[in-house]
Amino acid sequence: MRSSEIDASTIPNERAVEPAEWLPLDLFSSPSKLKEGLAKVGYLADDRIASTVFLAARLGKPILVEGPAGVGKTELAKATARLIGRKLIRLQCYEGLDESKALYEWNYKKQLLRIEVAKLDRTNNGEKDGGDTVAPSSWHELEDDIFSENFLLERPLMAAIRALEPVVLLIDEIDRVELETEALLLEVLSDYQISVPELGTINAKTIPLVFLTSNNSRELSEALKRRCLYLHIDYPDHEREEQIIAVNVPGISERLSKQVAKVVGLLRSMDLKKAPSVSETIDWARTLVLLSIESVNAEIAKDSLHVLLKYRSDIDKVAKRLQSDDSFVA
Amino acid sequence: MLEVLADFVEELRAASIPISPTQVVDAARALSCLPLEDRSAVKYGLGAVLVSSEDHWEVFDTVFEVYFSAGRDISSLPGEEKQEESSSRSTRIRSALAQLRGTPPTSFSAYQEMTQKEIDDLLAMAVATGDGPLMTALVNIVVTRYAAIEKGRPVGGRYYFYRTLRSLDMDRIKLALSYASMNDDMDEHDPLTKLLREREVESRLDLLKDEIAKEIRRRLVADRGPKAVARSIRRPLPEEVDFMNASSTEMTALRRALYPLTRKLAAKLAAKRRHRHSGSLDFRSTIRHSLSDGGVPVDLKFRHPHPAKPELFVIADVSGSVASFARFTLQLLYALSAQFSRVRSFVFVDGIDEITEVLEKADDVAEAIVMVNKEADVVFMDGHSDYGNALSMFWERWGGEMNARTSVLILGDARSNYHPPRVHILKAVRARTKHVYWFNPEPCSYWDAGDSVLSSYAPFCDGVYECRNLRQLTKAIEAIGA
Repeated sequence: MRSSEIDASTIPNERAVEPAEWLPLDLFSSPSKLKEGLAKVGYLADDRIASTVFLAARLGKPILVEGPAGVGKTELAKATARLIGRKLIRLQCYEGLDESKALYEWNYKKQLLRIEVAKLDRTNNGEKDGGDTVAPSSWHELEDDIFSENFLLERPLMAAIRALEPVVLLIDEIDRVELETEALLLEVLSDYQISVPELGTINAKTIPLVFLTSNNSRELSEALKRRCLYLHIDYPDHEREEQIIAVNVPGISERLSKQVAKVVGLLRSMDLKKAPSVSETIDWARTLVLLSIESVNAEIAKDSLHVLLKYRSDIDKVAKRLQSDDSFVA
Repeated sequence: MLEVLADFVEELRAASIPISPTQVVDAARALSCLPLEDRSAVKYGLGAVLVSSEDHWEVFDTVFEVYFSAGRDISSLPGEEKQEESSSRSTRIRSALAQLRGTPPTSFSAYQEMTQKEIDDLLAMAVATGDGPLMTALVNIVVTRYAAIEKGRPVGGRYYFYRTLRSLDMDRIKLALSYASMNDDMDEHDPLTKLLREREVESRLDLLKDEIAKEIRRRLVADRGPKAVARSIRRPLPEEVDFMNASSTEMTALRRALYPLTRKLAAKLAAKRRHRHSGSLDFRSTIRHSLSDGGVPVDLKFRHPHPAKPELFVIADVSGSVASFARFTLQLLYALSAQFSRVRSFVFVDGIDEITEVLEKADDVAEAIVMVNKEADVVFMDGHSDYGNALSMFWERWGGEMNARTSVLILGDARSNYHPPRVHILKAVRARTKHVYWFNPEPCSYWDAGDSVLSSYAPFCDGVYECRNLRQLTKAIEAIGA
């Protein structure tokens, strides 16, 4: 609508600071260093995760994290924020998310109030000056006023872009928004800028480190995928799972955590509707510790299957496998 | 380095992984900041840039192994094996051999005169203890001895792989492995322990097989160069595997891809149903919400629409001519019935039977297939598919249960063995139902050739789709969902 030159001049258009410049160099000197760092803040990454995050930091590109539910996709973003000691801004996606919830919104109520006040002012002034000569120009003033940053409500993406201090931006469960809404993100993700028709283009002061997570409930658009680095996090292997259990379940013996990891690996290799996730594994390990169980056998596993598996048919199936040998003996 | 990258990308594209020029530029930038001496970092880094779907990862992994073979410095490609590496290998083997025999080997090159048995035992030991270097060293020897790789022969290495495996005493290794994993103090008769051990042995053996395949590939690459090798081991992506001639491993991969696919489809269709019409204006709610804006109705509120859920009748041909497709069809039916609320499934050869309940009862696909084969009464005369008869039986028994909300989906090749097609029945079905769709697993060019009578049915279908692979299937289901 109105010329954006005036407003653009109020927003300094400098080159944004890249992640490679603001991230602590010692932590991001190599993927293995990063892996160590993440382990220190309680996130056990594998080589693939570490390499991808490292590269994202160096190239200044967002990471698209996919994988089954409960393998620590969101936790990766949180852990990274913890590691570098920056604020995490989170945008939780849902069906029906629109720009007023993701980017920005005009504070309509405040604008209304402002107009009311202007009306009052004008009638007061009008009485004093004895004329309404000020009216036409005051409308321009008013418009400038109510479409200024004072009336802008920042939503997560805008907040991440405008933050003075660099941040970590997490866009969670991106697959929940409709395909059309995805397009909202493209400008932000590739150029790190947001166009507000009334204000002009707002550029990022510092480029945030961006994580997008997806549960893969639908195919994401090519345009979005192309702008991101792709990371698929799968269920961890035995050793990593063992370590994860050891870190998250205090007081567990090494032997038990080894067994838990093995049993869960076995369950995942079966053809189940919903394989046990890492968080469910941890729940199960906690349960076993609380019951002060030293070693898992078929009987115990059968009795506590409901912690790991969430479908009746899955539980029945595994229970069947676990006792089939007994019936042969009997 | 850039040249290798260009060749690498070219090969990936040839394997039909889509890679845009921007991605190539990013890959080059990635290489400039990744530590090249760290092989896995390079692999995962390049993967993050070049691969944008987990389905493509396996192909990427194989091509990467070919182009950036392990055991070599990536920056000095292609290079010869380093001297010290091979000598460290031989020391490792000698010490292991000494442990096995009880006495240190007499000569420096004693390991070259190892007996077959000793090799098997050492392999079992390496696999059981997870001793990587020892295993690599042994695999090196095994491949030299048994694979008998002929130079310059344009093969993909499967043949050498099986020749090597045949020469090893796998049972002996397996036995040694299960003994080795028994040292835990777990209850021996516990079924869980048994299951765990079986899996442990399997996964360790897979590790060994993997190592052998890798070693053979490495030698092929050294012999003929990465380009030629990559070409001879090229395999189609999971979504492009032809249903009609998929191998059993490909079938497993397909099955794994199927479940998320149906989930995605269900989500998409549900979203479409919900968003097609918004309901009528909810006046009361609009006024209520306008209070917060000073009485100005800024946000219009609408009632939630209540679209009717469509009913789906799936009729699948399970005869011999589409045998492998039929297996897949059953899996598809199974996956669909778990996702859509109202799917009724039928299978036919020359008779027809409903299997909706069978699919509901079954715990998994394998069980469902067994039950369908056992229980479904699909053979009417001779067990050769007869579309006409199957259709008329369908019409007689279930025709009355279809209505204007029903969609009918027919899966089959329309090869009716020259029986009369009885087109009028499909016409009647079409008249009573909302839609009729036909998915054909044969390539377009085969339609109407021989005993295929698709074109006589086609006028009464809302759409006839070629469904030879997952990609086409997805497209077809999306098209009918619209």
